[in-house]
Amino acid sequence: MRDRGWILLGLALFIALVTFPLWYNTALGVAPKQLQLEKAKGEACVYETAYMRQHHMDVLMEWREQVVRRGNHLVKVGGKTYEMSLTKTCLDCHRSKERFCDRCHDYAAVTPYCWDCHVSPEEAPVVAARARTADER
Amino acid sequence: MSMDRKSFLKITGCAVAGAIAGGKLGGLVAGAEDAEYLPAPGALTARRWGMVVDTRKCRKQEGCKDCIRACHQAHNVPQIPDKTREVKWIWKEKFEHAFPSQETEYPNEELHGRQVLLLCNHCDDPPCVRVCPTQATWKREADGIVMMDWHRCIGCRYCIAACPYGSRSFNWGDPRPYIPKVRADYPTRTKGVVEKCTFCEERLARGEMPACVEACPEKALVFGDLADPNSEVRRLLRTEYTLRRKPELGTRPEVFYIL
Repeated sequence: MRDRGWILLGLALFIALVTFPLWYNTALGVAPKQLQLEKAKGEACVYETAYMRQHHMDVLMEWREQVVRRGNHLVKVGGKTYEMSLTKTCLDCHRSKERFCDRCHDYAAVTPYCWDCHVSPEEAPVVAARARTADER
Repeated sequence: MSMDRKSFLKITGCAVAGAIAGGKLGGLVAGAEDAEYLPAPGALTARRWGMVVDTRKCRKQEGCKDCIRACHQAHNVPQIPDKTREVKWIWKEKFEHAFPSQETEYPNEELHGRQVLLLCNHCDDPPCVRVCPTQATWKREADGIVMMDWHRCIGCRYCIAACPYGSRSFNWGDPRPYIPKVRADYPTRTKGVVEKCTFCEERLARGEMPACVEACPEKALVFGDLADPNSEVRRLLRTEYTLRRKPELGTRPEVFYIL
C-alpha cells in the first residue's frame, strides 16, 4: 500500500469531476427545471392522477390488447364508460400532445414510439402538409 | 459472523422469493383491477364475414375507383408512385392475373384483360397466419377476419411470401410523406411494418359497413355473414355461379366473384 496517497487523490479527483454538474449548479444557484404540463380539459382522468402518472403506459398497453386482439372497445371504470382510444379519449381531455405527452416524455428522457403511427388531431394537418402530392390511384 | 452454506442458501432463497413477490404485488397498484372491458354495443357482428364481388355490376362504371379511394383514405394508406414500393389494400388487376388457374392457351375474349377488384381474401385457412412468428396476424375466432396487430409486426415479411394473393404490402420507408390527407382517427403505419385489408373491423365495431362496400355506386360489393343461410351473401352464392381465387391451394378464400 505504498501508493495509498495517490490512489485516494485519484479517487477524490474522479468523484469531483463526475459530480461536477451537480455542485457547479448548486454553487451557481440554478433552480431545477420545473415541468409545466397543460391542464386537462376534463375533471377527472379514467384512473387517479397518481396512478396514471406511474402506470399510463400499462393502461395503454392493456387497452391496445383489449381493442386490437380481443375486440373490446369500451372500458367501464367506477360506473363510467370510456372508449379505449388514445387519440379519441386521452387526447380529448389532454388537448395538446405537444404540451402534455411530449413535454413530460422529454423531461423524463423517454422516447415512446406511439406517435410513429398514431396521429394526434393537432398534428394531422402538419403531417398532411408534409406529404408529397402523389397521383391518385 | 459465521454461517454455513446451507443457511446462507436458505436466507438468500427467501430474500429472492420475497423480492419477486413484492415486485409483483407492487405492480398491481389499486385502481386498474376494477376495470370491465366490453365490446361496442352497436357493432355489426357475424360468425363468418365474407364478401361477394359482382364484377358484372362493377364493370358498369368503367375506370371507377371509388372503393379504392374510400378505403385508402379511411385507413391512411400511402399513395406511393414507385410500383416496387407501393402499398395497397384493395386494387384492380387483370382477370388472367387474378385467376391464373382459369387461363388456358386459348384465352376467352371477354374475360382476358378484364379488370377485377382484389383485396385480402380473409382465408378460412390463412397461410400468412401460419407463418407469422409473432402472431401479429391472426384469424379472429369470433368472425374469421384475418386481423393485423401492427404493434407486434417485426417486418420479417414471411406473410408476404406466404400469401398467394399479393394482399400484403410492406412499408419500405416512412409512409407518412405519401399519405395525401392524414386522418387522426386511424393510425398510419411506420417503416418496417406489413399492412393489408382488415375488412374494416374498426368500422364494423362502430356499426358501419366496410368503406369499399359503402362507397360502391353500383352496390357491386356485398358483405355479410357466410354462416347465416339467410344472408345476402349466401343468397348470391346459392343463386349465382361464383369463383374463388386459386381454390386449388386450399386456403378457402371468403371473397367470392361473380363474373
